[in-house]
Amino acid sequence: MPDISIFTDNFEIYMKGFGNTIWASVIALLGSFALGTIIAVFRISSVKPLRWIGTAYVEFVRNIPLLLVVFMFYYGLPSLGVTLNGFICGTVGLMVYTASFVAEAIRAGIMSIPTGQTEAARASGLTYMQTMRHVVLPQAIKIVIPPLSNQFINLVKNSSILGVFAGFDLMYYGDQVASKTYATFDTYIFVAALYLVLTIPLSFAALQLERKLAKNG
Amino acid sequence: MDIAGAFSYHNLIFIMKGFGITLWVAFIAIVLSFVLGSITGTLRYMKIPVISRILGVIVEFIRNLPLLLILFFTYFAMPDVGLKLGVMSSAIVGLAVFEAAMISEIVRSGLSSIPKGQIEAARSSGLTHMQTVWHIVLPQGLRRMVPPIVSQFISLLKDTSLAIVISLPELMHNSKIVIAQNFDYTLPILALVAVLYFAINYALSLAARRLENKWG
Repeated sequence: MPDISIFTDNFEIYMKGFGNTIWASVIALLGSFALGTIIAVFRISSVKPLRWIGTAYVEFVRNIPLLLVVFMFYYGLPSLGVTLNGFICGTVGLMVYTASFVAEAIRAGIMSIPTGQTEAARASGLTYMQTMRHVVLPQAIKIVIPPLSNQFINLVKNSSILGVFAGFDLMYYGDQVASKTYATFDTYIFVAALYLVLTIPLSFAALQLERKLAKNG
Repeated sequence: MDIAGAFSYHNLIFIMKGFGITLWVAFIAIVLSFVLGSITGTLRYMKIPVISRILGVIVEFIRNLPLLLILFFTYFAMPDVGLKLGVMSSAIVGLAVFEAAMISEIVRSGLSSIPKGQIEAARSSGLTHMQTVWHIVLPQGLRRMVPPIVSQFISLLKDTSLAIVISLPELMHNSKIVIAQNFDYTLPILALVAVLYFAINYALSLAARRLENKWG
């Protein structure tokens, strides 16, 4: 059994990391949702250069590791004269990386609505915005929510990348506790437990939501 | 920026060696995780009392942890409980265990996606349980599984970069060493690394898409 005193004695250190992990996740979640939506709109836009930018972004970012994205901010930006700390680089990197997956999920959802419906809506006199708002989006959102919620669970797990760049998250402070107590295994058991406290309820909620949408949809 | 210096012969050889390690570790982990994931996924699908439940709990725990933490466990924490692995083995074991949990879930949901009616129909036409699985469930289930499994392999290839935390001499690790030599090498080296990862993963994702179009 892991020694519970490691957790109670270092409770404040653990909580500092836990809090920062939640912060980084929430910021990156909101940011990646906003950025991902914009890129999805670019990807399905009828303007060719916009479509090209959207596609290039998604294809490039999805096919390189998150670590490399954060490297670009942490080591690449200083060459251009901008230096940011590990927390900011990690969170922004996470946002940029996750946005590509969010964009792809949103695009797939919108594309899954048959064009016949859009055409019918337009032919009945609805404007483009009205068609989107009353016909396409209400249906697309049901298709988009399950993959999006999975992406956000991945995001919480991926926030551990901050630990590689001294980003003051749970991994970083876990490392500090481990080097203080020398009880590496026990220390990381509690780190694992804290991650599970975040991700298991999220996974469960995502599953329930998916079932509910499947039933109503 | 010093492009000529960054792409000197020695640096390129060093980076390509790292790329070789990345591909090698990814390959071994892909094979192991595929075998382990298929077995656990099938066992979970078969709903064997107790065993399927226990496997389900283990898979859910692993799936919900960051891979980085699992690599810390295999390399830094396991020696505490008497299991000491080298850097390369730790990386492979950590990756294989984590990705196997993901693949197990893909296999389980792929198999469960076959409507019950088909299985009942097959059984009532006189097929045995094994024949039903072999002729009805697997051929359809596999088609649905292949595209997400290939995507998972792409994730695995990208995830090998996290082994930098245990100093596995893979692509990211070696590129960081080259960058540390000279600040002016940073941008050219990062660009080269991005091209290498992109080339291999994009090729894999095109293959996945082609399979999806063919079978989807």
